[in-house]
Amino acid sequence: MAATLALAPERHDAPAWPAIRWAIARDLKLALRSRAELGVQLLFYVIVASLFPLATTPERGMLALIGPGVLWVAALLASLLSLPRLFAGDYADGTLEQIALSPYPLAALVSGKIIAHWLTTGLPVVLLAPLVGLQYAMDGEALAVLASALLIGTPILSLLGAIGAALTLGLRASGSLLALLVLPLYVPVLIFGAGAVEAARTGLGASAHLSLLGAGLLVACVGAPFAAASAVRIALD
Amino acid sequence: MASPWFKFSSPATFYPLAGKMIPWFAGAAALLTLAGLVIGLVAAPTDAQQGDAYRIIFIHVPAAWMSMFLYVVMAAWSAAGLGFNTRLSAMMAQAIAPTGAVMTFIALWTGAFWGRPTWGTYWAWDARMTSELILLFLYLGVIALRNAIDDPRRADRACAVLALTGVVNIPIIYFSVHWWNTLHQGSSVSLTKAPAMAAIMLTGMLIMALAAWFYAIAATLARVRSIMLERERGTAWVASLREVRNA
Repeated sequence: MAATLALAPERHDAPAWPAIRWAIARDLKLALRSRAELGVQLLFYVIVASLFPLATTPERGMLALIGPGVLWVAALLASLLSLPRLFAGDYADGTLEQIALSPYPLAALVSGKIIAHWLTTGLPVVLLAPLVGLQYAMDGEALAVLASALLIGTPILSLLGAIGAALTLGLRASGSLLALLVLPLYVPVLIFGAGAVEAARTGLGASAHLSLLGAGLLVACVGAPFAAASAVRIALD
Repeated sequence: MASPWFKFSSPATFYPLAGKMIPWFAGAAALLTLAGLVIGLVAAPTDAQQGDAYRIIFIHVPAAWMSMFLYVVMAAWSAAGLGFNTRLSAMMAQAIAPTGAVMTFIALWTGAFWGRPTWGTYWAWDARMTSELILLFLYLGVIALRNAIDDPRRADRACAVLALTGVVNIPIIYFSVHWWNTLHQGSSVSLTKAPAMAAIMLTGMLIMALAAWFYAIAATLARVRSIMLERERGTAWVASLREVRNA
């Protein structure tokens, strides 16, 4: 597939959509070739979520109270753990350099990679969350709100995380550095995401939180690919 | 580039200028601190509700103001560095970060000492405290990223992207934390609206804020001079400096 893109005519107004589609298809194919790795990341999410009742209490009322927060923190950590996948492999074998040299806009190619990253790491967490939420004695409505909040919120994690992943490419101790860079930026997502379930539980309704998450997603969609693309360029030269 | 504004955008011309400015700003900071402390610790009366514990505001409030202001200044220098590709802008951003982190830390630390007698606890998840804590993480992230990158030019631009991402996020973080805090009203302590401040207290606080500002400028300039010497050590202008030749 790299060949088809390289054969594309050199144009400076190369369109963005084919680049996005190409990057999604390529990264999905690569990700599905290492399914075990994806499975391990998902397992990490389940295990982290399963530790909290052991560390606190199996009492159902308390679990329903802390459940949304725990599942969101676990989602943040799972996202953080999967971020190096986004660029590190391509950076190590030189593919990222070739991608950056292509006539297609780098921000579009990076967007495609981010979308593929979310499809392989964020979406499974969203789908799994209601199941794990059952362990926390959450009722049907809370589970639905949790899943929709994660559905809107996890793409923001991938988008913001892409900036941090690109900034830390090839650095010493990049894993813990990535946590320091990215987790503070995740705070609003965590607050509105976990807050949505809390608001639904107390009868306030989750729509305000979900709308704010949606607004955050739109802002991140507009800004993050460009910031991540410039971070990739910085890392490459 | 004939504009006189760009004359000092080169480290070689800015280095001596910064050296000349530091004593003035440091001196002004020292005098203002002295004046502010005399007003704050001697002249200002004991507060009717909080007793003498309130006097911590003469350090706490200026530090908190500077912590937020300095992040914006750092982001502005970062943007200038990315936009104009000037070395000095990035060096200024690098020099501001530790001062900003120290101010944030002072604001948190003094806040804890004020909270203990006033609220009965060192730490509460108050909206302002929480966002100040996250601000400290953002500063430390910029400093840590700088330290992890060996190539200074790459570090300049990477830190600039991070600082600009942070500055876009700061209002969102503040707003989200504030809203989160008002939803969780279970907390036993709350920052009740402060009573109108006596004029003398306000004067002392503003003088201390000015002192903190001048201190930050002096510390940043001193640090940027060290950064220039370190990063430009191979150049002729550094070799011809009197302090370098005599060393």
